[in-house]
Amino acid sequence: MSFDINQYLIKQEPFYQPTGKEVALYEAAYAARLPVMLKGPTGCGKSRFVEHMAWRLGKPLITVACNEDMTASDLVGRYLLDANGTRWLDGPLTLAARHGAICYLDEIVEARQDTTVVIHPLTDHRRTLPLDKKGELVAAHPDFQLVISYNPGYQSLMKDLKQSTKQRFTAFDFDYPTAMLEASILAKETGLDEALAGKLVKIGQAARNLKGHGLDEGISTRLLVYAATLIKGGVAPCDACRMALVRPITDDADIRDTLDHAVDATFSE
Amino acid sequence: MAEAATFQGDLQGYWKLLDSRFPQVHDVFDSCMAEAFKVLTNDGLNAYLESASFLGEMGRGVEPILVFLESWPQVARALGEASLPAIMGCIKKMWRSPNSKTITDFLQVLPAIARRLHSQEQMQDYLELTLDLMNRTSGSIHGNQATIPSPGLPDFFGKSPYLVSQLALAGLKNWVDYGVRNYGDHPDRQRDYFSLQSADSKAMLQRERHGTLLADNERKLDLYLRCLWQDNDYLVPYSTGYDELRKPIPYYDKLGIRLPDVYDDACGTSGIDRYRAVLAHIAAHRRWTTPIFADNYSPFQRMAVEFFEDSRVEYLAMREYPGLRKLFLALHPSPAEDACDPEQHSAVRHRLAMMSRALLDEQHGYQNPHIIDFVQRFHHAMAQGESSTQDIADLATLFVAKTRRQSDQLPNVHFLDTEIDYRDDNRHMWRYYENSDDEEQFEEHRQVESDEVTGGLPPRHYHEWDYSTQSYRPDWVSLYETLHPQGNALVIDQLLEKHAALAKRLKRLLDLLKPQQKVRIRYQEEGSELDLDVALRSLIDYKSGSAPDPRINMSHKNDGRNIAVMLLLDLSESLNDKVAGTDQTILELSQEAVSLLAWAVEQLGDGFSIAGFYSNTRHEVRFLHIKGYSETWDDTVKGRLAAMQAGYSTRMGAAMRHAGHMLQHRQADKKLMLILTDGEPADIDVKDKKMLIQDAHKAVQELDQQGIYTYCINLDPKADEYVGDIFGKNYTVIDNVARLPERLPQLFMALTK
Repeated sequence: MSFDINQYLIKQEPFYQPTGKEVALYEAAYAARLPVMLKGPTGCGKSRFVEHMAWRLGKPLITVACNEDMTASDLVGRYLLDANGTRWLDGPLTLAARHGAICYLDEIVEARQDTTVVIHPLTDHRRTLPLDKKGELVAAHPDFQLVISYNPGYQSLMKDLKQSTKQRFTAFDFDYPTAMLEASILAKETGLDEALAGKLVKIGQAARNLKGHGLDEGISTRLLVYAATLIKGGVAPCDACRMALVRPITDDADIRDTLDHAVDATFSE
Repeated sequence: MAEAATFQGDLQGYWKLLDSRFPQVHDVFDSCMAEAFKVLTNDGLNAYLESASFLGEMGRGVEPILVFLESWPQVARALGEASLPAIMGCIKKMWRSPNSKTITDFLQVLPAIARRLHSQEQMQDYLELTLDLMNRTSGSIHGNQATIPSPGLPDFFGKSPYLVSQLALAGLKNWVDYGVRNYGDHPDRQRDYFSLQSADSKAMLQRERHGTLLADNERKLDLYLRCLWQDNDYLVPYSTGYDELRKPIPYYDKLGIRLPDVYDDACGTSGIDRYRAVLAHIAAHRRWTTPIFADNYSPFQRMAVEFFEDSRVEYLAMREYPGLRKLFLALHPSPAEDACDPEQHSAVRHRLAMMSRALLDEQHGYQNPHIIDFVQRFHHAMAQGESSTQDIADLATLFVAKTRRQSDQLPNVHFLDTEIDYRDDNRHMWRYYENSDDEEQFEEHRQVESDEVTGGLPPRHYHEWDYSTQSYRPDWVSLYETLHPQGNALVIDQLLEKHAALAKRLKRLLDLLKPQQKVRIRYQEEGSELDLDVALRSLIDYKSGSAPDPRINMSHKNDGRNIAVMLLLDLSESLNDKVAGTDQTILELSQEAVSLLAWAVEQLGDGFSIAGFYSNTRHEVRFLHIKGYSETWDDTVKGRLAAMQAGYSTRMGAAMRHAGHMLQHRQADKKLMLILTDGEPADIDVKDKKMLIQDAHKAVQELDQQGIYTYCINLDPKADEYVGDIFGKNYTVIDNVARLPERLPQLFMALTK
């Protein structure tokens, strides 16, 4: 069966602004093929970082968005019935392991715990993936690496990784970049001028102060980029901020008013 | 000269028209007329004198006519002279009532009221309100003819200018209504109410006030402080209503940030934005001001330092949030440069306010060279960075030195447009080398007395619904929650033994009710079992050559009961009645029933709590805790149940609100409140039977909104008359009270099936 893994190669450089030594550290981890875990709030650049690293290393990247209904066979593969009998179809994890891609499991805690266990043999010295239904033992390609991400903010009793899973990974802590960096990210990403970007960041940081006081998460860098994009497209800054920064994150009238006021206070006109 | 002559001539004629023999009137007549000439037309003058003459002959002495002569021109200026007939009509009605004494009080405050109300229509409303108050509070002995003057009316007139300034007329009407309704037949309390002495008079006023109340916006402002300033402190309101002479100013100290309890919209700025401006200013102080020693500055210097420092922190705040400039500009007064004559008045405040405005507003337009010079110096200093309190203090003292005038010492200080009301009083800015007994010594360290040991929890206050006005009475009921005293648990065990046969029957029912725990989830690709129906269908599809559905498995999930139940027992006096046909009281039967129910619920494993209540007027509603959710059905709980006693009345609404408050915090899919009662809600301080019934109904509605299902078990055979008004359809009347022990658990099971 022919399969072109190159469709997963990233052609253009995804923009990523390093905030520390994470690029070098990741490269070191990849050199040793250690599995990597990325932790951090939503929209702070975890997925972008993986894309960037895959591009930088020139490896294909297979991304799986995890969800509650996902089963082990969604990762590993399954027999499909068709009119002429059955046919085995590799799942994304198997594909990556066979062809030497980076497999990125996004929001891993969303998947059920029994699902996450299938990655265990791939993440230790064995580096194999047993396909028990098919009766095959896939030895991972030398280029294969597993990356997972999760958002500790959601952490609840129900949604946490097992210690046995956690302890198979090296980990990076991601957070929103500093104000200066974040402004320059907005500027680079959208072409907005730095002064205006700085104001957007200011609003973002104001909202992050409310985390835990009615907001589950602050305004993410991703939302700031949205707002910047809107402003760049000709929308008035106040309107853009209300639309892209305030309305999405809250339904609470008090918080909405407060953030609206923060927007007004930041843009004098 | 000719005009003056005719004026003199006319005066004679008018004096004849007035026809008053009071010498005091003669003394002031000329000057009153001089003012009246300016305002009134000829017809108006005639009507003026006619009315005055009536007031003079009314038989109430010289006061009414004097006050009228003096005040009418002012009223006419505010409202127009056409409003006279309405006012005279009102006065005549008062004259015919036992309240003619208060006509003077009425006239005395009329100009102030007129200035505030502006229009004749509003004045008409005010007059009607006054007459209404008078008629409803004037007492009579035999019922037909009012003979006793209204006790509250003079006090009302005394307070009315203030009331009108604080309340819209609709609000004033509500406030008056409330007083008449609740204190109509209690002269002393009525006087307290209408002179704004009593607590609920103030509370009522507070509720009807216009403007933005701090209490309503506390969370918003809290979030504001946290969001924009990463600051967090208690927001403590102080009352602006009662300090007419010394208006308190916002400030902050160790206990929190003190803000006025209400802000009206002003200068085109909404009340909430005025609060934000105050908080922004205070937050800026907290961030950038470092206290300096006050001892070496003169009072003028200190004032200047405060003005400059205020401007500095605001400048820094605006650097952070440029949008604040608009807010500050709108609220900062802009004193005209020539408003103050430095020969007559001390211009210190005026000068500093101008300086402050100039520092804030680039388009200040002031010509004063000192001001322009110091604005430049200020901006120069700020361009370097943040500057500091000490640096700005040096700048301020320099400003004082440069602009000092001899007249600064004058006692008449020019105050107009110099008060910047969003700024705090800067008490935090100063430190002292030595403690003096100076008035401005704020930083005294008083030892706070430790809380005295109190028995039980402090009372909780609940509102009560007043159906006649369709409004809540704020904080009307005081509810005390205590642990029910202990008794002998054996009693309950004996009761349960007595009902052993019943318990056995119940047990069978309970087993049926017990959660089955298993629910099938079909159409699963992977599951614990094969779902044969679907599997066969897939197989047929497969055999017939089309793509089969792979979701042929099923799995199970647990489906437990998740109910929180609160049983509220009415422990009022009537429970001591004997049940007809038995020698048991209702209380004893209730005990048996509750024991059985508690036992049954324990078997089911639902969250269950029991509480009892009784009331002795609105000041004492007792809420007795018998079983909590975390307590098991053990000897302690049984002991409390055994000690149950009955007494006093049934104020149901408050008890239900409190029980709802406890139930609200339970995590459960379904919340059920069972109320076991034997009569209608009643209390000895409520005469109107419907009042507490309506209140209980309102409480049921409130609980419904919180997702709490209420159900009443009523033992009163005549309950049908009222229980539906309270609980709608959610009730059962148990006529045969002797069967209560059997019925209660059955009812519960039927409800939760």
